[in-house]
Amino acid sequence: MAQTIEAPVRVEKPDVGEAGTTDRPWVVIVWNDPVNLMTYVTLILQKLFGYNRVKAEKLMLQVHHEGKAVVSSGTREKAEHDVARLHAAGLWATMQQD
Amino acid sequence: MAHGVQPLPDGRYAVDLEPEERELLRGLAAELEELVASEDPAVARLFPAAYRDDPKADEEYRRLVRQSLVSGRLEALATLRAARTASLTEAEAEAWCGALNDLRLVLGERLGVTEELYDRGIDPRHPDAVELSVYGWLTWLQASFVDALASRLPTTE
Repeated sequence: MAQTIEAPVRVEKPDVGEAGTTDRPWVVIVWNDPVNLMTYVTLILQKLFGYNRVKAEKLMLQVHHEGKAVVSSGTREKAEHDVARLHAAGLWATMQQD
Repeated sequence: MAHGVQPLPDGRYAVDLEPEERELLRGLAAELEELVASEDPAVARLFPAAYRDDPKADEEYRRLVRQSLVSGRLEALATLRAARTASLTEAEAEAWCGALNDLRLVLGERLGVTEELYDRGIDPRHPDAVELSVYGWLTWLQASFVDALASRLPTTE
């Protein structure tokens, strides 16, 4: 896998405190199912997330072969929005905190 | 023999179907329209859980999105049922593709379809042979829509 080497940057350590669990990102997972066509899953990932065909196909094949794939991540609100759009398209999607 | 969906130079999509095939589609769409807001167990496949291990969060999610998911599906099914023209706009073609997928999800759930169905083919003596062949035909038509819609998307960025 290609790697990008970046110059080291000094990062202020964030003050997590008690709220550690709420800061962890949410991931959206698409699960394999026997009805949705492979080409349809690829099309939906392209349309909903703006992924190019190569990236969308890679995720679709991961769903097909491994049973699931993480297709997006972010805040809880963003994940819920993404899950709802995937459900509207008929894909079997769930969300969980990483 | 019908030839499915072809992208046209003017941006529309030609849909080449026999009159009886259109009649079948209208009937299937009307039937699902009646059921979409119901508690039908096969229709439940259209509304999966967002949270697998948190029923309370999932109930809240359903409360927020259920109505818009139902109305989006009804709109797409109405588009599928109403279309009598030989060609569709991009938005209509997307609605057909989504509505066809919903029909397949519900029918597939009822028939207990597995991935092996495509490898084995349909045994004409199977008790659900008629429904399975409808399912197979919907699959062919939806695949034709997917290919036509995908042909207008970029392969790479």
